[in-house]
Amino acid sequence: MTSAELLAAPPPPTAPAPVRSTRERTSSWPLVDRIAYALCWAVGIGLCVIALAIVAFMAVKGISYLKASMLTQSPQPSLLQKQSGGFRDPILGSLLITAIGIVIAAPLGVAVATWLSEYRRPAWLARAAESAIEIVAGTPSVVLALFGLLVFSQSFLGFLSQRAATGAVTGESFLTAGIVMSGIGLPLIVASARETLAQQPNQLREASYALGRTKATTIRRVLLPASRRGIATGVVLGMGRIIGDTAIITIVLGGAGGKLEPAGHTPILSLLRGVGSTLTSYVYYQSPAGDGNSHEKAYAAAFVLLLMVLALNALATRLARGSAADGGDRRRRPALRRPLLRWSR
Amino acid sequence: MAAHPERRRGTLSRAVWADRRAEWSLGALALVVLALIVLMVVTVMIKAWPSFSHNGLDWFGSGGNVEVQLRSMRESVASSGHSLYYFRAWPLLWGTLITTIPAVLIALVVSTLAAVFLTEFAPAPARRVLEPVVRLLAGVPSIIYGLIGILALAPWIDEHLISNSRKQSVIYVVQINGNNLTTATLILSLMILPIMVAISTDALNAVPVSWREGSAALGVNRWRTIWRVSLRTARPAIAAATVLATARALGEAVMLALVSGGRAFGANPLDGLTFFFEPVRPLAAEIFQESEGISLGVLGHTIYAIGAVLLVSATLLSLAGWAAKQPLNRYGSRS
Repeated sequence: MTSAELLAAPPPPTAPAPVRSTRERTSSWPLVDRIAYALCWAVGIGLCVIALAIVAFMAVKGISYLKASMLTQSPQPSLLQKQSGGFRDPILGSLLITAIGIVIAAPLGVAVATWLSEYRRPAWLARAAESAIEIVAGTPSVVLALFGLLVFSQSFLGFLSQRAATGAVTGESFLTAGIVMSGIGLPLIVASARETLAQQPNQLREASYALGRTKATTIRRVLLPASRRGIATGVVLGMGRIIGDTAIITIVLGGAGGKLEPAGHTPILSLLRGVGSTLTSYVYYQSPAGDGNSHEKAYAAAFVLLLMVLALNALATRLARGSAADGGDRRRRPALRRPLLRWSR
Repeated sequence: MAAHPERRRGTLSRAVWADRRAEWSLGALALVVLALIVLMVVTVMIKAWPSFSHNGLDWFGSGGNVEVQLRSMRESVASSGHSLYYFRAWPLLWGTLITTIPAVLIALVVSTLAAVFLTEFAPAPARRVLEPVVRLLAGVPSIIYGLIGILALAPWIDEHLISNSRKQSVIYVVQINGNNLTTATLILSLMILPIMVAISTDALNAVPVSWREGSAALGVNRWRTIWRVSLRTARPAIAAATVLATARALGEAVMLALVSGGRAFGANPLDGLTFFFEPVRPLAAEIFQESEGISLGVLGHTIYAIGAVLLVSATLLSLAGWAAKQPLNRYGSRS
């Protein structure tokens, strides 16, 4: 072959550019590695199946037992299924508790997070407050409930709950349970607010200072508005945690799955000082371990509860996706990843 | 955070005073939260003290039946030869140990595999499904896990896994049914799984790509790279996840009160296979079950003592989780 022929000949076909297959090629791996690889897939699929099974099971049972009348009737203390009513009051109770808890936890959490993220002086106090919030995040909610009941049955806090005939303060009311509930929402809100505030680029602060704003104004007018989605995510997650808690309700609000029982006659205060039940305590009451012991009602109420929690979860996910898009400086930190699950630390 | 220019100049205009006021009031709120939390720890300890001081270190030991002891406190009739405070918590401690440790071990294995799957092998569609699934599993309230356990899983285990002869063999000691150690452990491990998957996944994502590429360039296959490089780097985070999940498992009360069986029975591993079907009663579930007696003097002190044990263990575990994560700071990767 002459050089002229070589030049004239078409170039030899080059190997196509290696395309990375989406699936892993494991044929060359040792057996142990292939087993591990298969296990990874099995676990991934297994988790999806379990989650699907839980939701499907609750949906099937819930829809088959749920009747519209259950949503509108108050529970009645009766052993007969026909007469024990529905769970309108527990639904209202759940909403009330969640509202009280979050109304207290959200401002407090944002304030603490702002101070921890922007001021942090004196440093020892910041460290101490951080560790304390870690402790609360790790404290079992039964223990929080024990503490809450102890504090609110002091006689000088009697105005928050009711007095028994003997004059002792019960410490049991929507208000006290809501305040204790704010304790389990707080760590989540602090964590997500801090994280979002820390992600705000320093230029944002400097630009505001350059306009002559003070630090407090900068926080109120620039940093907090810029972090609102992240904060909202934490708040919604906190609501999800509060609405699903049973231990605090049973201990601080009283165990039975009964009606709302306002104390006194002042319109709103009487409701807040009164006792009642929530969906979680109602489910426990109607479960085989409780006194009501009715499968149908337990499943139906649990299904309603699950729907509420799933809605809150979906909302939190949406908000978090938005905050990852508009928060922070994407150009400088492209690899900023949203944590898979916002945990309180 | 950038220092405010006013600070550097040291002039104190009215605006700056307003600024100071804001700082102080926010700081005061943080102080209030701190004070409340300290108050919580202190009051629980004070309230628990009589129970500990009457029993000494034997509080943690074994002796007698927990249910009988609690009943005598409720009726304030001391059983013969003992003071009213007499309490031996070992069956409850044992119940906590034998539910928590296996649950955490199961969750550790499963969550590590799940995290590896999520970060390395899962194709994009699978990841898009699995991430919400993990969030969903984390969001389901414990009462719903408990309800599914007691109404679906427990009857199934009762019917298919426990033979009648096994039930008959222990009928004089304890009645066994679907609400038992196995049911409790399985559901508990499912409940703590999402946290562990989340923390491990975030840690695996934080492993520098160049490290993995370096290993792959040496001809090491993908799994070995994950095993030797990624997982080893993420080990502190996985340890921290395990510790935090343990704290959560310790504090789980409602689900365990529902499915772990109605009796404070110290399941005995010497019973062979029957052991797995014996009822248990962990600490947190005991508080939940006895919560109506909190206002009764002696019983109240005892319940607070159980709470104090939980509080101290949870705090120690938080501390251990923090310590376990420290090596990560060396690599400059955050979890």
